[in-house]
Amino acid sequence: MTRPLLRSPRKNPILRTRLPTLPPSARSRVALGLTAAAARGRFELQVCRDCGTVQYPPREACRACLSARLDWRAQDGTGELVSETTLRHSHELFFRERMPWRLGLVKLDSGPLIVAHLHGDCAAPPSRVRVRAHLDRAGQAALVALPDKDTPHMADDRELRELTCDPKFRKVLVTDAKTPLGRVLVEALVAAGADLVWAGEAEPWKRPPGYERIKALPQVAIVPLDVTNSRAVKELAGEIGGRIDILINTADHHRNFGIAARDGVETARAEMDVNYFGLLRLAQEFAPALRARGADGQSSAVAWVNVLSVFALSNFPPHGTYSASQAAALSLSQCLRAELAPAGVRVVNVFPGPIDDEWSQTLPPPKIAPVRLAADIVAALRGGAEDVYPGDVAEDWLNRWRDNPKALERELAAMPQP
Amino acid sequence: MTRARAAYDDVVVAAPVTVPYVRYSIRGAHWFLAAALADLFKRAGLAKDKLDGLCVSSFTLAPDSAVGLTQHLGLTLRWLDHIPMGGACGVVALRRAARAVQSGDADIVACIAGDTNHTHSFRLNLATFSQFARDAVYPYGSGGANASFAFLTAYYMRTYGATPEDFGKICVAQRANALQFPHALMKKPLTLDDYLNARLIADPLRLYDCVMPCAGAEAFLVLRRAAAEKLGLPYARILGTIERHNAFPDDPVQYRGGWALDRDELYAQAQIEPKDIDVLAAYDDYPVITLMQIEDLGFCNKGEGPDFVRRESFTAEGSFPLNTSGGQLSVGQAGAAGGFLGLVEIIRQITGKPLGAAVDDARLGLASGFGMINYDRGLCSGAAILAGQHT
Repeated sequence: MTRPLLRSPRKNPILRTRLPTLPPSARSRVALGLTAAAARGRFELQVCRDCGTVQYPPREACRACLSARLDWRAQDGTGELVSETTLRHSHELFFRERMPWRLGLVKLDSGPLIVAHLHGDCAAPPSRVRVRAHLDRAGQAALVALPDKDTPHMADDRELRELTCDPKFRKVLVTDAKTPLGRVLVEALVAAGADLVWAGEAEPWKRPPGYERIKALPQVAIVPLDVTNSRAVKELAGEIGGRIDILINTADHHRNFGIAARDGVETARAEMDVNYFGLLRLAQEFAPALRARGADGQSSAVAWVNVLSVFALSNFPPHGTYSASQAAALSLSQCLRAELAPAGVRVVNVFPGPIDDEWSQTLPPPKIAPVRLAADIVAALRGGAEDVYPGDVAEDWLNRWRDNPKALERELAAMPQP
Repeated sequence: MTRARAAYDDVVVAAPVTVPYVRYSIRGAHWFLAAALADLFKRAGLAKDKLDGLCVSSFTLAPDSAVGLTQHLGLTLRWLDHIPMGGACGVVALRRAARAVQSGDADIVACIAGDTNHTHSFRLNLATFSQFARDAVYPYGSGGANASFAFLTAYYMRTYGATPEDFGKICVAQRANALQFPHALMKKPLTLDDYLNARLIADPLRLYDCVMPCAGAEAFLVLRRAAAEKLGLPYARILGTIERHNAFPDDPVQYRGGWALDRDELYAQAQIEPKDIDVLAAYDDYPVITLMQIEDLGFCNKGEGPDFVRRESFTAEGSFPLNTSGGQLSVGQAGAAGGFLGLVEIIRQITGKPLGAAVDDARLGLASGFGMINYDRGLCSGAAILAGQHT
């Protein structure tokens, strides 16, 4: 059974800092379908539309009937571990630094044979396992075989922890802890075992409900952070940037209305200043230190989380300028993702639908509760995904958008202006 | 019912050549292939312009293929082939060349295989070995063939009760053979204790289960008997050959290879039985695959490999002479030349010209090939039965 992770002792400054290296990231284009699904936390394989044969490794034509009509379909991943090995030698630096490394050969119940990372709690073959798809440190899909049933401390497995961004024993910055989400997220991170949570506060005079409670937590340190103030961002990065393992950007400026209902650009400018330029300022000041610490021990820098909005996918005219700022932030986050990729630091984008807060008062339910959103963010860090659509509305928008983006644009345009 | 395979009539193989192996080289693959070809011409007393066919195997020739080699080496040919089948390339080259000579498409075909080995070339080859390897194997620990054969070995041990001592016995015997073979890179004796106490590489594989990548080349000529006699070359006749690709795709773990499908035709074509074979060259990048060939080529039944190993002895003087040059495990794996090593050794043994340990009165030899771990298993298998000229 997995032994529970222990807090790392204080780092010995004499010893080397392990530098970031990546597992091999080259893939054929067709194999990126596996990555596309894993990015949303799903394990999908190609299934032949004509004969139903499940395929793996990814291919261009069905191995049974040669049909080219292969659709990516969700898999339950159940199967039998038929052989295993423990590597003590590797040709790549990433694995050399992490030996020994357990691998399994799994015969899925759906047919294909899979080479997978093998969780330490899986019994010797033959045994039942579940295969899941996670993103690895290179940002590519990696299949991992887990024991048939959950085991205590299974998230602490050494190999699995290399595929997740678990907040346990990590230090986290929440950029704005005074939003309804920020407050409960700080609590959720502490509950998830974070070593330290820096709670950013832009406006010290505000005293939102529940704020005193998080201030009182021993793992929480309040830090001044106004993402519209370049100097403030730089100063905080200079102070704590080199210690942050996970940065969660919750800063958000959200106002209603589209174009015609407003006069001037001040509101839109304020939205951009927080939602887009705020992210840019944070990225410029905090990303370099995260990049340097991408492999720094068991509690390395691992993730950058952007809490965006599902409005980033397609403009929601009743919140038109806000949607535009979210689209800008989404685009910038893709740039940040590319720049953090060489360090193995994952950029996780969270796309909630309307949050049950003051700026979405006039939107009809269902709306996602901040506490549920916080739980989904922690779950995403413990999982292997990079794009998270929490709640029913976000999932619904995503499905409509994936199915037909133009149809979604028309549906959103038809919604009444408040 | 498949038509019976036509005999090879008076097509023969001759002039076995080895370009000495080195662990690393600063030369390119072309250098090793050129050296092999030059040695072929020298040994055969053959003028360069008399060669009209060439068959090439190499992993490190890129961006060239056999075509580029014709200009690089100044050859004008009327028959050319390139066989990217790794450990099966020797048998397959022999098959292709023999039919070309038999049909008159070529008179003399040089079959050459060789590779260089730079300090980084093995890793680069692994990373891009195949689409499936790049997409679905190499990102998982990047262990290369060690990982794939560890799966096979663990499964074989669990299923058939093979022990580390069984594999060790084969490795130790091959090392004893290698100590007499001048081109073997491994020069130190190996004991069973050395084998068992060596460090684990990929459980259950230990250090001496794994071949050492190196640079080198192997070659032979395929021609008509009359041509060989005119050149004064000792030669071997081709009694039977088989090849198979992607056999038994539904086996969850590879425990048998294509030989099991085709061996009856092999022996029928050669009109002999397994017990008639005097010397076996099995493809041996890992000992488990040697056991699989012993079973699948009919020397014992499936699953009886471990008992067979315990019963027989495998040095050149032993009850079952196996990989008498030392095999890849002790000579080294010079890329595609590893697919030729066994065949070249069989030609030497049955023409009475071994470079090292000799098998007494060897008349019939079997060379077996196995290659290309494309994803989870080796896809290519082949075998050839050769007979000495006086058999």
